Amino acid sequence: MNYDLVVIGGGPAGLAAAISARRKGIKDILIIERDRELGGILNQCIHNGFGLHLFKKELTGPEYAKCFIDEVRELNIDYKLNTFVLDIDDKKELSVINSRDGFFKIQAKAIILAMGCRERPRGAINIPGSRPSGIFTAGTAQRLINMEGYMVGKKAVILGSGDIGLIMARRLTLEGAKVEAVAEIMPYPNGLNRNIVQCLEDFNIPLLLEHTVIEIKGKDRLEGVILAKVDENRSVIRGTEKYIECDTLILSVGLIPENELSKSAGIEIDPLTFGPIVDESLETSIKGIFACGNVLHVHDLVDNVTLEAYKAGEKAAEYIKKTSKERVLKTKKVKLYPGNGIRYVLPQYVNIDDLDNNLKLFFRVNDIYRDIEILIESNGSLIKKIKKNQVFPSQMESITLDKKLLTEIDQEILINVK
Amino acid sequence: MYDVVIVGAGIIGTFIARELSRYDLKILLLDKENDVSNGTTKANTAIIHAGFDAPYNSKMGYFNVRGNPMFDKICHELDVPFKRVGSLVLAFDEEDLRTLEKLYENGSKSGVTQMEILDGEEAQQIEANISKKVKGALYAKTAGIIGPWELAIALAENAMENGVDLRLNTEVMDVTRLNDGYSIVTNKGNIMSKILINCAGVHADKLNNMVSNNRFKIIPKKGQYFLLDKTVGNLVNKIIFQCPTDRGKGIVVTPTVHGNLIIGPDSEIIEEKEDTATESHRLKFIRQVAEKSVPNIPFDHVITTFAGVRAEPDTGDFIIEEAEDSPGFINVAGIKSPGLSASPAIAEYVVNLVKEIYGSIKEKNFNPFRKRVIRFAKLSDEEKDELIKKDHRYGNIICRCETITEGEIIDAIHRKAGATTVDGVKRRARPGSGRCQGGFCLPRVMELLAREKNKNMEEILKDGLGSYILTGRTK
Repeated sequence: MNYDLVVIGGGPAGLAAAISARRKGIKDILIIERDRELGGILNQCIHNGFGLHLFKKELTGPEYAKCFIDEVRELNIDYKLNTFVLDIDDKKELSVINSRDGFFKIQAKAIILAMGCRERPRGAINIPGSRPSGIFTAGTAQRLINMEGYMVGKKAVILGSGDIGLIMARRLTLEGAKVEAVAEIMPYPNGLNRNIVQCLEDFNIPLLLEHTVIEIKGKDRLEGVILAKVDENRSVIRGTEKYIECDTLILSVGLIPENELSKSAGIEIDPLTFGPIVDESLETSIKGIFACGNVLHVHDLVDNVTLEAYKAGEKAAEYIKKTSKERVLKTKKVKLYPGNGIRYVLPQYVNIDDLDNNLKLFFRVNDIYRDIEILIESNGSLIKKIKKNQVFPSQMESITLDKKLLTEIDQEILINVK
Repeated sequence: MYDVVIVGAGIIGTFIARELSRYDLKILLLDKENDVSNGTTKANTAIIHAGFDAPYNSKMGYFNVRGNPMFDKICHELDVPFKRVGSLVLAFDEEDLRTLEKLYENGSKSGVTQMEILDGEEAQQIEANISKKVKGALYAKTAGIIGPWELAIALAENAMENGVDLRLNTEVMDVTRLNDGYSIVTNKGNIMSKILINCAGVHADKLNNMVSNNRFKIIPKKGQYFLLDKTVGNLVNKIIFQCPTDRGKGIVVTPTVHGNLIIGPDSEIIEEKEDTATESHRLKFIRQVAEKSVPNIPFDHVITTFAGVRAEPDTGDFIIEEAEDSPGFINVAGIKSPGLSASPAIAEYVVNLVKEIYGSIKEKNFNPFRKRVIRFAKLSDEEKDELIKKDHRYGNIICRCETITEGEIIDAIHRKAGATTVDGVKRRARPGSGRCQGGFCLPRVMELLAREKNKNMEEILKDGLGSYILTGRTK
């Protein structure tokens, strides 16, 4: 089986990437989705707030997904559901299975990685105690409640203030459960401010900053947790422990891009984003393999995922249309580094000669900062400076650099908070 | 009327059931839990000791040394993961070196073969990541790693294939002695049997005391563990011990047959016999002691912590005998470490006790073989294709981290002694044991259990009887 473009993942990133490649004239596209339907995690996000930036209206997750699923169908883009990619190699050959076709291989001219991310489980944060039922990651609880139609408990504590955890605090409350508290180990919330207001404050759910769960109680079903305050080193402050009776613990302690397939192909991974290292075209360390969405880095808003995926689709289309002679090695490759106060920056490389016009950088800060300047520097000299009133780790920030500013640059680019 | 009732379906009970199923006997295996292997068998270090540690004149020493060489055959017959990776006991000072000599001598007296005392350099050569401070080591080539619950599940399944009945969720409340046997009162009604075998683990004293006046006490001893991710499973390739002290065999660092790394256990007498909670101060202690053996353990790769409870007899040694005052009542109690290593030899010995009681028992047709659930991920491309074409359910991936298919899960559910819970499925086919720890596959596994067992989703349990997952429908 041969395709010009194979998109792995039929969530918001994969759908938008396929649509954009088709608009750029690529006819032969296949989307591979492992779940039963297109749309990805959006299908279980029945709350609204999607599309505010892109469509200027508030859609639910399934509504947002539908816009793109409809377009994929109108454009007659092939997709396979319940289909699983076992392996990709560096020659862009995919090993795939599903119930109908068995095991088969697909040779692609280009691949777009759009596998999304997964949640960090309990083990990753290592809470001692027993191992009863009643402990769910926020996304799993969301799936059970919103898609399967079952409640997961009556009295809940939520650990971590990631957006899905906040959304689930409200969802559980609306379903009649009591949410005792949301505990966040850091001194600032991990989710968006609008979710703190709409999901916690509006429902009088306390947000306990610098608090964490230090013990799980209950033999068969969860019976309670011990919460404690932590100091600035995230160590438990003795004497602040308190027992909270609950039958449910929801974990919202972070998302990790799911890159096992990327690794199987030998793609280089950034230890800061846990996603592939890409250049301004979202092309990974293997030519013709692109990445977008949460597999690349965890996004705050799906609107940003869509925009990124459009770009990946466009660039993959350009790649496919070029003859192998035109796919010459790019020149003047400059690395971008996160400096002071910056958690990561994307892309990790830029090929300055290949820039269409300007370069949009995405980054996240590692703490809350107020009245700061973001400095873009190279070789000791300042390229650009931007003032910001406030930046949050929960929000993705971006800066656009004009191509003109970059033409002279041939050393690493550093982004700092000052 | 049964010929033999075995109480407790852990490694000892399932092993005895399987060995007795070679004979023309009506046998019942009971357990109060909803799955076999749900006590000590599912939470231990998962190693087969060479046998140099337990005193040569003890039952522990005798059965360990006799049991160790029996694992190749049994694991081959039952398709259970087992690897003779060897073990090292590390010595850090002069006193430790003397201990190594003593262990070697004790092992020789017990009949342990293939032991060797290495100097520090030799030890480093065969195990690169151990501490540079190691002065010497006792190398025992016959030690191995195993899947303990896989073995117990396989034994139960094979026993059932050969005619043994299994009743789960069945707790013994009382026992009355009859003229020709015992009447066993359970929460599911009365059961009569000529012979009653007590393999009740940490609860064996309670069962003994219902029957016999020769009392003993089982002291529950908790041991806690870290389980680390597969990416660091090859940090060591042998079982790494420290010199034993009166507090136990010390903290072990060992690979598992699944490719993970296991670190533990400590040892603590506890009140509650089924207390398997981990505690941060204990884990901290284990970590410190383990780092003495292997200094650079990546503890940021911990997947989970867990605890198991061992059945420590107040007699100090295994209790494996027919009670003097109760003919036909056989205690197999206080099977603490090295109980797993000793289990095949214990089963063999108990079969002989049963033979003695009956005078003689007739052999019957016996199938010693059993195949484990197919591991789809390990098949070649052609085999994968062929299997899916034969049964399309093997083309449906349920656990994406471990690449486990619907076909494998259905097989785990429908076998004899099959899975009835989410963790039961996990112990047999491993969905949910990967990186996301069941985040994605939990709802799917629940759905399959409900469909195949004809149950409502709300009835599906995580593990033990009270471990419900859902509390009802949404509004």
